[in-house]
Amino acid sequence: MSKVQASAETRDITLVEAVNMALHRAMADDDNVVVLGEDIATNGGVFRATVGLKEAFGFKRVMDTPLAENLIAGAAIGMATQGLRPVAEFQFMGFIYAGMEQVISHAARMRNRTRGRLHCPLVFRAPFGGGIHAPEHHSESTEALFAHIPGLRVVIPSSPQRAYGLLLAAIRNPDPVIFLEPKRIYRAVTQSVKDNGEALPLDTCFTLREGDDVTLITWGACVQETLQAADKLAEQGVSCEVIDVATVSPLDRETLLCSVAKTGRAVIIHEACRNGGVGAEVAASIAEGAFLDLQAPAVRVTGYDTIMPYYRNEQHYLPQVEDIIGAVEQVIAL
Amino acid sequence: MRQIHEFQVDSTRYLDDHGKPLGELPLQAENTDRVLAAYRNMVLTRTFDSKAIALQRTGKCGTYPSVLGHEVVGTAIGQGMRKSDVFVPYYRDQASHILRGVSLTELLLYWGGDERGSAWKNCPEDLPISVPIATQCCHAVGVAAAMKIRDQSRAVVCCIGDGGTSKGDFLESINLAGAWHLPVVFMVINNQWAISTPRSLQSGAETIAQKAISAGLPGHIVDGNDYFATVEALDTAVERAHSGKGATVIEAVTYRLGDHTTADDATRYRTAEDLKRAWEKDGIKRLQNWLHDRGLWSPDKEKALQAECKQTVEKAVESYLATEAEPPTAMLDYLFESLPAALQQQREQIADRYRGGRA
Repeated sequence: MSKVQASAETRDITLVEAVNMALHRAMADDDNVVVLGEDIATNGGVFRATVGLKEAFGFKRVMDTPLAENLIAGAAIGMATQGLRPVAEFQFMGFIYAGMEQVISHAARMRNRTRGRLHCPLVFRAPFGGGIHAPEHHSESTEALFAHIPGLRVVIPSSPQRAYGLLLAAIRNPDPVIFLEPKRIYRAVTQSVKDNGEALPLDTCFTLREGDDVTLITWGACVQETLQAADKLAEQGVSCEVIDVATVSPLDRETLLCSVAKTGRAVIIHEACRNGGVGAEVAASIAEGAFLDLQAPAVRVTGYDTIMPYYRNEQHYLPQVEDIIGAVEQVIAL
Repeated sequence: MRQIHEFQVDSTRYLDDHGKPLGELPLQAENTDRVLAAYRNMVLTRTFDSKAIALQRTGKCGTYPSVLGHEVVGTAIGQGMRKSDVFVPYYRDQASHILRGVSLTELLLYWGGDERGSAWKNCPEDLPISVPIATQCCHAVGVAAAMKIRDQSRAVVCCIGDGGTSKGDFLESINLAGAWHLPVVFMVINNQWAISTPRSLQSGAETIAQKAISAGLPGHIVDGNDYFATVEALDTAVERAHSGKGATVIEAVTYRLGDHTTADDATRYRTAEDLKRAWEKDGIKRLQNWLHDRGLWSPDKEKALQAECKQTVEKAVESYLATEAEPPTAMLDYLFESLPAALQQQREQIADRYRGGRA
C-alpha cells in the first residue's frame, strides 16, 4: 500500500476540493480507510471529489464498484464489520434509495443488535440538493428520511472548512454517518483551508453570525442565501443570528434553544419540502423548549410540498434571499 | 453463428434415501471422528429445535423458525468452515451456529426477544442473524473484500434460502464476487418453500445453481440431505476461496420439514403427501443408517446421544429462563459508541420510569 504524507499546506479551495483534501488526509492517516463507489477510482468521481485517490492509495483501497447502490451500501457494511472504515459514494442522493434497506436495517443498527460486538464505522457520502440544472432525480434533498432513523448521524457541511473538518470527523467516528454534500455550492465559494488533519465536532451547530433580533436556522446550500439575507437585513437595522445546524441528526437543540431564548424569534430555512422536514423537528423543539421566550411563532422557509421541478423551474422551488427576508420581516412585525 | 458459452451444472449425492452408498464415497467418509461429530450436531440441533418450538407454544419464547430438515446442510457448513472464516447467516442456521460456537442460550435469547442473543462470545466476527431477506449477501461480499484488501487467507460462507435468490441483493452480490474474485461461498439452502411460495414460482430457471454462471462463478448442486455430498462441496469451495481461486455458489437441495415459523401453518399450502415423501429423505436418519451399516452406531449409542443432547438443551433452557431482561435503558446504550447529548434526556426518562419515578 502506498502512503502519501499530506502536507499541512493552506490553500484557497472549493467545497468539493475540501472533500477531496479530507479524503486524502484520512486515507494517509489510517490504512483502514477505503473508498468505494461508482466511477470514483479511475474517473475520480463525477464531481471529481475522489480525484487522485486511486493514484495515491491504489486500487485495493479505492474501488470502482459495479453499478448497484444496494450492493455498495451492503458491501460497505460488511467491510465495516471487519474494522475497515469505508467511505462509500452514492453518485447522487436520488440514487441512494436502492440502498435504503441496508442503511436502515443494517448500518444503523449493527451495533445495537449485536450489543456492541460489531459496529459500522462508515460514511455514506452523497451530493444532494438542487440548483445545478441537473436532470430528473439529480436534485433531491431528502435528509429528513435519514434524520428519522435512530442510529444514524446526518451531517451536512456548508463551507469548504466545514466540509474538510466534518468529513474527517465523520470518517473517524465509530458509527455510520450520512454525509450530504450540497452540490449547488460545491464550487460556488472558496475558502482558505489548512490541511492539518483537524476534525470539527459532530452533533454541534455552528453559529456563523451573532445577532439579537432573530435566529436564522439553516443547513447546506441555503446557508449562502441565509447569510446574504442577514447582510441585507443588517442594512435595515435587523440583527440576525445565523446558525448552520451541520449535524441535522442528532440535533443540537441546546444551541438552537439558547439562541432563540436570546432573540425570541426563529426562522428555519431548508431546501427540502416542508412536510415532515427536519425544519418541523426544529420548530417542534423550539415550541417545546423555548415557547415562553418566543415573541412570534417560529416560521419555516422551505421548498414546496411537491416533486422537485425540472430545472427550468427549480429557482421557483428553492428558497430565495427575498423569501428569507420576507419571513424575517413577518416575525419581526409581531 | 458461433457459440460463445455453454454451461453445465453438476449435482452430487453419495447415499441413497436409506443411507446406502450409491458408489464410492469421498475420503471424508473415512474420517470417523468428523462424521460422528457431524451426526451428534445434527441430533443436538433437532433436539434443540423441538424444545424451542415447545417453549414458544408455552409462551416462553417468541416466534421461532424451525430448522427441521436443515440439520445436515447446516452441520456441513459448520464443519467446512475454519475458525478464522466469517459466517454470514440468514435465520435458519442453528446447526451452523452451534458449530461456530454460538451457545444454545444465546440462540434462545435472540428468539426470546433479547439483543444479547447476538452478542456471540465465541465467534465475534460472524455476522448476526439476518431477517431482511438476502440483504446479508451484500455484507458477505464486503467482508470478503476486506479479507482480500488485507491479503488474508480467509473465507466467508453466506447462507440464503431459495426465496432469497429472487432478490437483487443475491444477484448483485454474486456479480461482485465474480468481478472482484472474492473469497466467498454462497450456500443456497433450497428447502422448496419461501413461506407458502414453492420453488417453482421463484424462478423459471431450472436450477438456482445456474444463476452462478451469469456472475462468472461455478455453481454446483448437492443433495442437502446427504452429509457426504454437502460437506465435500463445502470443503472444496472453502479451500478454493482460501487459495485465491474465488467464489462458489452451492445449491443444497433439501426440504423444510417444519412450518416457516411458529406463526405459520404449512398445512394451508402443502399436502401431507408431500411432507411424507420429504420425511423419507430425511438426512439424519440417512446418516444414522450409514453409521449402523458401518458398525459405528448402535441403539445404545443412539439412546445415550439422545439423553446427552436433551440434557445439554435443558441446561441451556434453564440458563435462558434464568436470564433477566436488560434494564430498559439498554435500548439506548448500544445505539452509538457513546450516547449523543441530544439523547441523554430520553435515557433519563427511561431510567426514571424504570425506577418507578414516572409522574
